[in-house]
Amino acid sequence: MELHQLTIHELQEKIKSGDVSATQITQSVFSRIDTVEERVHAYIRLLKEEAMAAAAKADESIKKGDIKPLTGIPIALKDIVCTKGITTTCGSHILHNFVPPYNATAVEKLRAAGAVFVGKTNMDEFAMGSSTETSYFGPTRNPWDLERIPGGSSGGSAAAVAAEECIASIGSDTGGSIRQPAALCGIVGMKPTYGRVSRFGLIAFASSLDQIGPFTKDVEDCAIMMNVLAGYDPKESTSVSAEVPDYRQFAGRDIKGWKIGIPKEYFIEGIDTEVNAAIKKAIAVIEQSGGQCVEISLPHTQYCLAVYYIIAPAEACSNLARYDGVRYGLRATDVRDLLDMYKKTRMQGFGAEVKRRIMIGTYALSAGYYDAYYKKASQVRALIKRDFEEAFKNCDVILTPTTPTPAFKIGEKTDDPLQMYLSDIFTISTNLAGIPGISVPCGFTSGGLPIGMQFLASHFEEGKLIQIASAYEKNAKIEKRRPKL
Amino acid sequence: MEFETVIGLEVHAQMLTDTKIFCGCSTKFGGAPNSHTCPVCLGMPGVLPVLNKKVVEFAMKMALATNCEINKSCEFARKNYFYPDLPKGYQISQYAYPLAEHGHILLDVNGEQTKIGITRIHMEEDAGKLMHDEHNPSSYVDLNRTGVPLIEIVSEPDMRSSEEAADYLKRLHEILVYLEICDGNMEEGSFRCDANVSIRPKGQKEFGTRAELKNMNSFRNVQRALEYEIKRQQYLVENGGTVIQETRLWDDAQGATNSMRSKEEAHDYRYFPDPDLVPILVDETWVEKIRKELPELPLTKRERFIKDYQIPAYDAGVLTADKALANYYEEVVKLCAKPKAASNWVMGDVLKFLNEEKRDIRQCPITAKSLADMIRLIEEGTISGKMAKEIVEDMYKTGKSPQTIIEEKGLVQITDEGELIKTITSIIEANPGQLADYRGGKEKLFGFFVGQAMKATKGKANPQLVNELLKKMLA
Repeated sequence: MELHQLTIHELQEKIKSGDVSATQITQSVFSRIDTVEERVHAYIRLLKEEAMAAAAKADESIKKGDIKPLTGIPIALKDIVCTKGITTTCGSHILHNFVPPYNATAVEKLRAAGAVFVGKTNMDEFAMGSSTETSYFGPTRNPWDLERIPGGSSGGSAAAVAAEECIASIGSDTGGSIRQPAALCGIVGMKPTYGRVSRFGLIAFASSLDQIGPFTKDVEDCAIMMNVLAGYDPKESTSVSAEVPDYRQFAGRDIKGWKIGIPKEYFIEGIDTEVNAAIKKAIAVIEQSGGQCVEISLPHTQYCLAVYYIIAPAEACSNLARYDGVRYGLRATDVRDLLDMYKKTRMQGFGAEVKRRIMIGTYALSAGYYDAYYKKASQVRALIKRDFEEAFKNCDVILTPTTPTPAFKIGEKTDDPLQMYLSDIFTISTNLAGIPGISVPCGFTSGGLPIGMQFLASHFEEGKLIQIASAYEKNAKIEKRRPKL
Repeated sequence: MEFETVIGLEVHAQMLTDTKIFCGCSTKFGGAPNSHTCPVCLGMPGVLPVLNKKVVEFAMKMALATNCEINKSCEFARKNYFYPDLPKGYQISQYAYPLAEHGHILLDVNGEQTKIGITRIHMEEDAGKLMHDEHNPSSYVDLNRTGVPLIEIVSEPDMRSSEEAADYLKRLHEILVYLEICDGNMEEGSFRCDANVSIRPKGQKEFGTRAELKNMNSFRNVQRALEYEIKRQQYLVENGGTVIQETRLWDDAQGATNSMRSKEEAHDYRYFPDPDLVPILVDETWVEKIRKELPELPLTKRERFIKDYQIPAYDAGVLTADKALANYYEEVVKLCAKPKAASNWVMGDVLKFLNEEKRDIRQCPITAKSLADMIRLIEEGTISGKMAKEIVEDMYKTGKSPQTIIEEKGLVQITDEGELIKTITSIIEANPGQLADYRGGKEKLFGFFVGQAMKATKGKANPQLVNELLKKMLA
């Protein structure tokens, strides 16, 4: 086994026992990057020099016996989190030259925990997309099949972990942007409860839905990352000061006597048959593990997509108004006046999908339409949230497929936004309700593409997600495969 | 046709907090461009606002002082529009759920009390400032002011004249300054006013079409702009025209309002609740805590002065227009126990000196104790009122106590009867003709003898005593 193939907890053991150094691990990761990155294109920017320096520093700490939860572990960051002194593009031309003078709180926390930053990963522009194809810097490819998309918007972060170009990574999830690519790349991805991980320094797409979370190779690593990322941040007003448990203690606990809700609305026509079969098999594993699966109903499920595509663009059109060419980022040259500068800067700086969502959002908030769209959507959102509250009265966690289909081909859905939007159909409700969700691998298609399964829990019950996901991981005995690259 | 004017005012008052509303930057006026900024108020990607609680408490003070109901829950909303002085492309303000509503203040116009309704008071952040290069086709952005806390106080359309509007503004201004939540400086923009004005035929219930007036940076300009606008609308209507809904800018030099944009060109601000901020919950305990911190307000103080000090309403009005002045006055009264005399001296001489030099009472060289001492010295007969006029001027110039000035200049009043009798005797002896005329019935000559006595004593004679003695000795 090479070092880049290992998990955080495996590497931690080796670091603690003195078998390997942080420098060796980082070198291993970068040699892997040298081999595969050209084909995968998971990164927008690599930070090799900085990483090697950080690894050397980590080795000094290790020598002194100062070993933190992520000391010497190479971690990749989605290019949506601000990194002090390091260009942060959000996958957009409009921020192609933006260098933040501050770190996102999540970045600060990872750094304080000893992480070594490998680079900034590719993403759909401003996190708007489900395939990482809308990136200004070109698409990322799925390590399991380079003809296919890795999912999105955090496709780069997912592909980097799956292709072993880092040990773990962070992404952001507004409607499925962590869970969907995790499923399509065959890894673990968690969207924490809204307010659990600080959004400070996370470039906003839709502020009431965005949440940072980890991509890892297994569930235990997910718990380790959550231990570092979770917690109250005084820099964010929507941050919640609820106590953060040690998530690692949930890994390995059994789920005897648990009730697992299977929402009937999620098993719809159009689900890929192999995905359907994999989920059925997973349900059987859960039952063998002592869980009792019960059918539940989330009656407002059919409205999720519509509600999401009003609320998210409405917030986005306002959040993206600051990219006007005045203070940072792209500014169009050869302009006549102020209005011309605004128009040309935004015309040249934003891609088609971002423009589409700005226009949808602007429309939904316009005078005379606000009540019919934004207000109505907010009301239905409250109903969707209540669906989950009701459901969790009768079950501990909810189980659904993460995506209706495995990874699709690059270019397959770029001309059909509606089809593209449907790939988030099972993940969007989670963000609308603000609850946590995790996607774990649950098998492969006959063609060798990974399939993901999603667990959802009530607010701040990430521990339950770790518990059931790790129990499933242990009992399902999914064969360990590595993408052939 | 006789018209009635309808005016409603929107006042923006800058809150005197040390730091901005959503970040820790300084709110100080001036400073090198963009020196009071940080990633949050610069609207950089990924940053988030955190509310300065002091702003809520200051706004609550104003709400309570203007008899508003404070909402148990209120929220911030985004007002979206593009302008280079607005870094986020939206202003964080309040819209559907403001902090406070349904208040009023009382105006005292010609002894009659009028109630002016306050529709709402809400909190918001200020925008930055653009500076235009006269020689180049470029503009510069200074974001020091961005994020400075403001409250907007919106009145009901309850005012019926420009005087009433000016009076309302002065009262609001006075309350804000009394509460020590706003410095009230109109030139620096700490207190700004927009006006909605319309006219309607007298007796008509429906409002006429209104124009919104902006860019009036003094009380006088507000009144002038309103007067101009009322005349403009009347002229228009009387000549068969119609008033259109528009925003008009006051041009001070030109003395006129000019159209800035019509209703059709008005922005659609696409307000929606700011998802980065949580609703503000205000409970009864919080309101009571703030209520206890409220100082005595101008109107109450005015009434108390009239009642307790038995001074005219006019005096009470002048003395309470500035809280520091009122405190000064009260200190003087406490030390000399002569409220009316104190009021005369403060309003007459002290304010005159200060106004001449455009200073305010905080910079007055005459301490309350000195002024009180002087009033006592007059009362005790040590100095005459006339002497006091000179002494108080010296006190203002030098900051010395009246006792020191009197001593230095040897100004003590002559109250020694023996000495004065001697002086008067020699005056009578020196002027036999006048004496004869006086005794012959020319009573006017009494003044002549008083004058001579004062002249002989260089004004130091106690005038009352001189009078008494002359009456006896001339008879």
